[in-house]
Amino acid sequence: MLLQDKDRIFTNLYGWEDAGLKAAQKRGDWNGTKKLIGKGRDWIIEEMKKSGMRGRGGAGFPTGLKWSFMPKDSGKPHYIVINADESEPGTCKDRDILRFEPHKLVEGALLSGFAIGANAGYIYIRGEFYNEAVAVQKAIDEAYDAGMIGKNACKSGWDFELYLHRGAGAYICGEESALLNSLEGKKGMPRNKPPFPAMAGLYSCPTTVNNVETIAAVPEILRRGGSWFASFGNENNHGTKLFCISGHVNRPCNVEDALSIPLKELIEKHAGGVRGGWDNLLAVIPGGSSTPLLPKSVCETVLMDFDSLRAAQSSLGTAGVIVMDKSTDIVQAICRLSQFYWHESCGQCTPCREGTGWVWRMMQQMVRGEAAIEDIDMLLDVCGQMEGNSICAHADAAAWPVQGLMRHFRDEVERRILEYRKKHAA
Amino acid sequence: MALLIEKDYGTPESKAEKNVTATIDGKKVSIPEGTSVLRAAREADIDIPALCATDSLQPYGSCRVCLVEIEGRRGFPASCHTPVEDGMTIRTTSEKIEKLRRGVTELYLSDHPEDMAADGRSEMATLAENLGLTEIRYGREGKNHLQTPVDESNPYFVFDPEKCIVCARCVRACEETQGTFALTVEGRGFDSKIAASQNEAFFDSECVSCGACVQACPTDALIEKSVLENGMPERSVVTTCGYCGVGCSFKAELKGDEVVRMMPHKDGKANHGHSCIKGRFAYGYVMHPERVKKPMIRKSIEDAWQEVSWQEAIDYAASEFKRIREKYGKDAVGGVTSSRCTNEETYLVQKMLRAAAGTNNVDTCARVCHSPTGYGLKTTLGTSAGTQHFDSVEQADVIMVIGANPTDAHPVFASQMKRRLRAGAKLIVADPRKIDLVRSAHIEAAYHLPLQPGSNVALINAIAHVVVTEDLIDHDYVQKFCDREDFEVWREFIADPQNSPENMQQFTGVAAEDVRGAARLYASGGNAAIYYGLGVTEHSQGSTMVMGMANLAMATGNLGKAGAGVNPLRGQNNVQGSCDMGSFPHEFPGYRHVSEDDARNIYEKEWGVTLDKEPGLRIPNMIDAAVAGAFKWMYVQGEDIAHSDPNIQHIEAGFRKMECVIVQDIFMTETARYAHVFLPGSSFLEKDGTFTNAERRINRVRKAVEPLAGLADWEATCALSKAMGYPMEYTHPSEIMDEIARTTPSFAGVSYEKLDRLGSVQWPCNDAAPDGTPVMHVEKIVRGLGKFMLTGFVPTEERSTRKFPLLLTTGRILSQYNVGTQTRRTENSKWTSEDLLEIHPHDAEQRGIRDGELVAVTSRKGETVLRTKISERVQPGVVYTTFHFAESGTNVVTTEFSDWATECPEYKVTAVEVRPTNRFSNWQDEHFSQEELQNIYDRP
Repeated sequence: MLLQDKDRIFTNLYGWEDAGLKAAQKRGDWNGTKKLIGKGRDWIIEEMKKSGMRGRGGAGFPTGLKWSFMPKDSGKPHYIVINADESEPGTCKDRDILRFEPHKLVEGALLSGFAIGANAGYIYIRGEFYNEAVAVQKAIDEAYDAGMIGKNACKSGWDFELYLHRGAGAYICGEESALLNSLEGKKGMPRNKPPFPAMAGLYSCPTTVNNVETIAAVPEILRRGGSWFASFGNENNHGTKLFCISGHVNRPCNVEDALSIPLKELIEKHAGGVRGGWDNLLAVIPGGSSTPLLPKSVCETVLMDFDSLRAAQSSLGTAGVIVMDKSTDIVQAICRLSQFYWHESCGQCTPCREGTGWVWRMMQQMVRGEAAIEDIDMLLDVCGQMEGNSICAHADAAAWPVQGLMRHFRDEVERRILEYRKKHAA
Repeated sequence: MALLIEKDYGTPESKAEKNVTATIDGKKVSIPEGTSVLRAAREADIDIPALCATDSLQPYGSCRVCLVEIEGRRGFPASCHTPVEDGMTIRTTSEKIEKLRRGVTELYLSDHPEDMAADGRSEMATLAENLGLTEIRYGREGKNHLQTPVDESNPYFVFDPEKCIVCARCVRACEETQGTFALTVEGRGFDSKIAASQNEAFFDSECVSCGACVQACPTDALIEKSVLENGMPERSVVTTCGYCGVGCSFKAELKGDEVVRMMPHKDGKANHGHSCIKGRFAYGYVMHPERVKKPMIRKSIEDAWQEVSWQEAIDYAASEFKRIREKYGKDAVGGVTSSRCTNEETYLVQKMLRAAAGTNNVDTCARVCHSPTGYGLKTTLGTSAGTQHFDSVEQADVIMVIGANPTDAHPVFASQMKRRLRAGAKLIVADPRKIDLVRSAHIEAAYHLPLQPGSNVALINAIAHVVVTEDLIDHDYVQKFCDREDFEVWREFIADPQNSPENMQQFTGVAAEDVRGAARLYASGGNAAIYYGLGVTEHSQGSTMVMGMANLAMATGNLGKAGAGVNPLRGQNNVQGSCDMGSFPHEFPGYRHVSEDDARNIYEKEWGVTLDKEPGLRIPNMIDAAVAGAFKWMYVQGEDIAHSDPNIQHIEAGFRKMECVIVQDIFMTETARYAHVFLPGSSFLEKDGTFTNAERRINRVRKAVEPLAGLADWEATCALSKAMGYPMEYTHPSEIMDEIARTTPSFAGVSYEKLDRLGSVQWPCNDAAPDGTPVMHVEKIVRGLGKFMLTGFVPTEERSTRKFPLLLTTGRILSQYNVGTQTRRTENSKWTSEDLLEIHPHDAEQRGIRDGELVAVTSRKGETVLRTKISERVQPGVVYTTFHFAESGTNVVTTEFSDWATECPEYKVTAVEVRPTNRFSNWQDEHFSQEELQNIYDRP
């Protein structure tokens, strides 16, 4: 059964109504915010734990637990930082929240900031999201003018300043510690951990970094209660989630539905099905470009949640579902992703800086078939060197699509190599 | 000794007190909490390879070579940024780890020139060799950085991008170690490359050539040109730098008898492995062709020099001594010790003058720099030296820099200070100029007090006034450590409204509220330390100012603890030592007055002579006496009085009237123009001895090469003394130090054996403090009770008038050193080849002066011609220049006004007028050939 409208958090996801304060309030935003704050920090964190919310940025870390890591009396300022640097190819969920539901984000920033003891919050928005930045700034200004944020926010007694910061166009700044560096005015390069942001984040102060979708869902979760949110989805994969369905479907869309919805149902019911029918499906990248692709056979039954996709050797990631039908040159498609990850490597760690280049170069050879069969193993070997062996997950993100390709379409790659050899033997 | 390779522990030491225990490869280790796995392993002699880690820099984690396995953890954490936790079990090697290390190294090599692995010089080459990597599976035909042009712009090192592995050790060294932030990683990903400033050539960039990046580079991408030319050195001699008073420890690295490079020594307690352009690179003067290698004599200064044997030169000097002493008496002879020579040599010169010549006419160049420090600190606190060790700055919360420009003149200490400032200490700068510290990368002074030259005392009194009237006094400290009576008198004096910032503003030109803010910050901001330079001492009230600072420190309790104190930044390698060694006409070694019977008895017994109990002549007195015809014989060791001292025309007149001037120096100096005997000196690399730096640290100087002229300076002095009829027999400088220790209480515990064992010690070093004394005045102030001195402000007589409306003040720059004897004979002159006159745009505009033009600078004393540099670094009404080049004749215009107590010249205030000109001054024309002048001024 599909999610009913009454259970949707993002009721203006398609921008059919105005994004401004008045309209947002009509949709329920800013309703009883003061009362929620009045229930205290611990109550909020407890409710978030109860909701089973796992971070919507891709890694799926339990949000309530993350907040509970923030020290109680560090003697330093605390910060809530919202990651609006949505740049993962195939993902456009945050963009629509920023455009059409910015007040959910602003209210969520206040509530989560209060929960972690932050009097200041920063929204780090992708530089290319110019219109979105305008929309969010408008919402922030409205909230300030209405006394929702700023000194004594919502008359709750809590001071909360919120700042919008535009990025400058580097994918890596979506990685939380690179984001913090960039926010501090430094080059966007991931930091070593430990220390984790909860101990030393922005300006070396305790910091929580959360994704836009996570934060924007907070007010509704608190209003309806953690157990309401937890009633959706399977065990350990609770709540509703925005899915972005793109590629070879009849009606590409963003849609909110419960976690653990079957992939096939998601595509058929919400996106109008695969172009040319389900049987024309070749493969799906289920969670944004970095997640390993799934061949049709897996797509038949797999559920769209963290654990199911992990079991299928892929990942929910950002839930950016990229559908590819049989007209796709699958090797070329993955090669394009290799180029993307090469281009966006920050250059700090050697496996990533040098490795992404080699992966792309070899993938280009694979596209043409201009390689040896053993080169496939060498390519996987390089991917193995990269995966898990650098400061951040960028190298992993570069390795996974290639590993996914070889796992499910090695035959195709070998076929091209043999064909090329045959053609050039003469 | 063989080439000294210092062990690199990979990451900095943890200062935590708590220990944690872990097992590494089956070996139990217990190390301070916060220590990285990499360091813990290396300390336990288990080597984990790494490329981007070095123990002078914070971990970076980029090379991914130092991976390890930790029980219970996923994957392969990088050991450099993984702290050891209690109970960890760590494996530093396994098949998988080796595979990963090989993989990364292969990726490196695929983008690296092929011949790299063969040269075996760099860490990178060693790693490849240890992993047995001979063949690269990936080939080199992919996109790579090979054939990128080499940057050879810097005269001392090259940057070869094709060998660069973008580990950013250079960038981080520039930031963390040096604090200049000149380097960056430009671009991202595969396009990442090391860039200086805005992607400029190193030479044109903000790079200050401190060498930290070259030292940090694990490949040969950044490497000394001297190593490329000569190959790797074969042996090291640990010694001490011969430039400024920071006293950095260096390893002179040699191949055969040739110095291939100077590498900062990690164990050096003053520099902790850091260096500046001068110490690191500007040693070329040692082997410069202009070095004089033969003694020379001449009957008259109009005659040509005649090369003679050592014996002949010394016999001539001694016979002239005997003749002149006979004819004019003992007051007609005297000499000058050198702050560039060793303690032992300085000791011998004063011993020779006192014992062999029977005169107290001995002085040293500290006369013209920090003599007020000696006087002021001795009067108030009881010791003629700075109160702290350099490392003390790391615990300072407020740093007040007065009349010093550490980033140029004491660069290595400046780096340490900047590190502390970046960590949050507050900065107050009192200086007429906007020196670099006022605002530079990640540093900004809380207060810059741009006072008028000559108004120091007005400023310090105003600060003290705020402390007293707002009751920011540390009463407990004053009660316990200071003379109460003097304090009360001082308190009443300083509280007088005439000392208020509002009243003093008319002299200082500094806004009263800034003075008040700075005073409050100094007095209540935690540990507050004063660092000062010649901007304090070289004034008519230099000694007063020193006492004013000591008063302030005592009143606020900023003494006797780390992070506080009153600290002179001393200019020359051994200026502290030369003062310590009895180079003043009124003091024996250890600052004991010649009239003290106890002290005199010690030396009369030790030296077997009767000593004069009356103080002798100071340098300016000797010159005055010479002009008057009463001073005839002078022994000048390693000082260029005719260049560095004020009112040169007067100095010259004095020299012309002397009958025998003996100059002992490594080059022909300005003073040598007036000499009759020239004894070739030995540089710091050519002898054994000790230097004492600004923090009272006695550092060993060790012979790296034989004296070019055959004798070390101390040997020449011994020979001269013997010829004068007083034999001094030593087989090694260590015996001289033994004599110093035997006769000087504050040096009683010093011996070469101890210096070799401990590396260095800070005096006082005696039974009470066998390992030396980093911070003084801890238990009590050395004097007994701290003495507050009255410091009434008396404006200097050197006033600006309508005829001389501007105030000239002088200083130093980074690439040159004092009178330039050394640095001008190195590639450092590529950065600066002349002294420039800094003038404010407003003053320039009024006079129709354009940037880079020649201007005449005229004072009441003389005139010289310099090129201008229009700059807002100076305030309107103030002009500034340096005195590194004899041709610029800076000291032709300076006056004879001097400190009332010590006669330290007032270099920092000269009323001048500046006008455009198209010819050189008469003085320049008389002293230099057109060719010499064109050489300087026509250089682009």
